[in-house]
Amino acid sequence: MKDQFVVPARFKTTSFVLLAIGLLTLLIGFFVFHGEHSTRFWAGLLQNVSFFMLVTLASTFFIGVTTLAHGGWQISFRRVPEAISMVVPVMAIITFVVLMAIVYGGQEHIYHWVNKEHVEHDRLLSWKSAFLNPTFFTVALVLTLGLWSFFTVKIRRMSLEEDTWTMTPDLSKKLVWRNTVWCAGFIVVFSLSVGSTTPWLWLMSIDAHWFSTMYSWYTFASTWVSGIAVIVLFVVYLKSKGYLPNVNEEHMHDLGKFLFAFSIFWTYLWFSQYMLIWYANMPEETVYFQPRVWGEFRPVFFLNLIVNFIVPLLFLMKRSVKRNYTALVFISVLIIVGHWVDFFQMVAPATSNNELHFPWFELGIGVGFVGLIMLLAGRQLTKAPLTPKNHPYLRESIIHHT
Amino acid sequence: MAVKKFVVGSFDDEAVLFPAVKKVRTAGYKIHDVYTPFPIHGLDHAMGLRETSLHTAGFIYGITGTTTALSFMSWVFTTDWPMNIGGKPHFPLPAFIPITFELTVLFAAVGMVLTFCYLCQLAPFVKKHIFHPRQTDDLMIMAIEVTEKTNAEEVKAFLASVGAKEINEQVAETGWWFGRYDKEDTFYNKAVTA
Repeated sequence: MKDQFVVPARFKTTSFVLLAIGLLTLLIGFFVFHGEHSTRFWAGLLQNVSFFMLVTLASTFFIGVTTLAHGGWQISFRRVPEAISMVVPVMAIITFVVLMAIVYGGQEHIYHWVNKEHVEHDRLLSWKSAFLNPTFFTVALVLTLGLWSFFTVKIRRMSLEEDTWTMTPDLSKKLVWRNTVWCAGFIVVFSLSVGSTTPWLWLMSIDAHWFSTMYSWYTFASTWVSGIAVIVLFVVYLKSKGYLPNVNEEHMHDLGKFLFAFSIFWTYLWFSQYMLIWYANMPEETVYFQPRVWGEFRPVFFLNLIVNFIVPLLFLMKRSVKRNYTALVFISVLIIVGHWVDFFQMVAPATSNNELHFPWFELGIGVGFVGLIMLLAGRQLTKAPLTPKNHPYLRESIIHHT
Repeated sequence: MAVKKFVVGSFDDEAVLFPAVKKVRTAGYKIHDVYTPFPIHGLDHAMGLRETSLHTAGFIYGITGTTTALSFMSWVFTTDWPMNIGGKPHFPLPAFIPITFELTVLFAAVGMVLTFCYLCQLAPFVKKHIFHPRQTDDLMIMAIEVTEKTNAEEVKAFLASVGAKEINEQVAETGWWFGRYDKEDTFYNKAVTA
């Protein structure tokens, strides 16, 4: 039984190549988009850091919700989301640097509200200025990034520490209890950040005049389903290399159900946001959809719906598909790309004068982040056995039956 | 339907029932059915039952609901009685989506419940033979059909050897008939004493 992951040479090379592509794109982008064109450079970075930050954080959220639900089925592969979640502190630093550079570097074509003079003459923005101002943004950013990293590292450390315990019934109770408490703490932080203010500050404030109460949940749904897709990819990869002997198609079936259900959940939120605005037809609200539905972004807008709703809905409907490793890899890659496009159409229109350019720069940076996540998560996977052998719910996971 | 002869064995442990089902099938006896008070994961596979088609039926009902909603609403608002509602177009697809969704769910749900009842032959005033009154309480009951090739005594001995507790022979109607479970109490007493 192989339980200690060793990063294969090919995996390492691939991650370094992807990372190099990302860095090269960053360099080229820096020289191509300078001066007045720097908006696209920072907008591309903003799109990618928000997406990959929240996608890796989805792994912590996965551990959080399954722990709080007293789920047992995920224990046999719990080390996988744990390893992915350990990318969070690194992503947090990158996110901090990029967002601070945008706010304090005077990128007012991305965030209009950073220009004090402009805000004074803009009634809507001056009303919002108690919330949308650099100081509040910075404090909220430091707090959320810090708390996410803190809880993620804490949950991971507890899990690793538990491997060294000699188990007794009392220790088992203690293990479940302290995991529940810390995960509950994380969920509170998560719901107050990703579930509400974080997407407003990072992404919705690009269209600072516009507002939507569905926006945060819609963003969350997008990153949550992509986060599950990332977990699926890692689990299937480890499985194909002969690790995770206790994971079988029963566990994949449940992950597949998550992909299916949360693709529909995303659509539900997407549609709730769209329909209310379409119905009310008020100019201050339709301003967001006008360039997306009727402008150059029209193909992206509908591609988003097809890839993220219609394809997962029809493809994942059958039971046998959710239990098929190849099919799950295919749909996971599609979902990650699809939701990356979703983030692209959130950021790009307002930062490019509603002109659609082929996103070579954005894609290159995205590829770089994929490499970074592969590299760091792969390294984390080697740091501990892949089965948390002392977890009292482990047996439940081994005999799991869907 | 037909009246057939059965050898009936009761089990009080899942861990005994599973190997028993396997052994009975390997021995070549024909399992009529296994009745359990709660759903047992994997028993359908152990018994070699085919995958249910209920979900396919559900899909068809759902699609029917979608089509009904969309076609009816578009016919009403474009052809039969076009109305100007808030200056919206006569074919306002976003406004149709919630109703289409609801009709899809309604058709799928009601259709699947009815199909499930049909497949399980459940309905008011429909009665089926109960092999053991405790099959809805705490015992798992296995009924083996006695065909012309089967020796009932041999089956009884075999059931005992695989761990069945109470073993008896019953002659029973396999289909349903009109009746009520609260009317024929004697039927139960007979089964209990048997």
